[in-house]
Amino acid sequence: MNVPTSYVVGLSALLFTLGVIGVLVRRNAIVVFMSVELMLNAGNLAFIAFARASQSLGGQVFVFFTIAVAAAEVAVGLALIVTIFKAKHSIDIDQMSSLKG
Amino acid sequence: MTPDLILFLTLAAVAVATAVGMLASRNAVYSVLFLVMNFITVAVLYLLLNAAFIAMVQVTVYAGAIMVLFLFVVMLLGAERSAGDERLRWQRPAAAVLGLTLLGETGYVLFAGATTSGGLPGAVVGDFGSPAAVGLMLFNDYLVPIEVASLLLLVAMVGAIVLSRDDRKKAR
Repeated sequence: MNVPTSYVVGLSALLFTLGVIGVLVRRNAIVVFMSVELMLNAGNLAFIAFARASQSLGGQVFVFFTIAVAAAEVAVGLALIVTIFKAKHSIDIDQMSSLKG
Repeated sequence: MTPDLILFLTLAAVAVATAVGMLASRNAVYSVLFLVMNFITVAVLYLLLNAAFIAMVQVTVYAGAIMVLFLFVVMLLGAERSAGDERLRWQRPAAAVLGLTLLGETGYVLFAGATTSGGLPGAVVGDFGSPAAVGLMLFNDYLVPIEVASLLLLVAMVGAIVLSRDDRKKAR
């Protein structure tokens, strides 16, 4: 695909911004978590674009590790959300205002 | 407009539209499905950007495993309805202002010439980005990071089990 790298990085910036807005606006903890995934994905897209621009496979390998770390993060994060739901019967992040479980 | 550019703009439009749909839908199940669509669109973009291996990993790990985990938790908790009343009235305008500021800054950095690598064309040499090349690089140059990543996944699995199990021993 013969598209300038800056277009792809621009799309990545747009997706990252949408993820940030999701984290700021939504109060459902699962949707906030999904917005974080969107931001990670936007970062991956920038990595792939720059890997192609500089003809180096290191970017693609880094994206592979990012996906592995994202999988680990999702497993632990969702377990945390389930635990919080068991304690508070709500996943509204405005309810999670105390440190004491 | 070249066909490549039209293809890219179509995919970009779908990706942005599904991201907005994820943010805007009231029902969390719809959010998950919109995000799956977004990830698959980005996987097609990876495929077009000479990253076939990463595209397959994206489909199987992200759109497959991770999003199914999300869907599972959404349905397990019955949390598909979002909370109704708005308590922080300034939250939405503040988020809009901050988001537009971030977008303006990234756009400025991108298009005001701060990056020198921005304009390279997409002509690639040889089999750049083929799964064989990526696999060889992973297991030749990045063998130790691979092992560390596997250890990290093991720790995450054990952590998830420890966090979400019932404390029956305490009750006895």
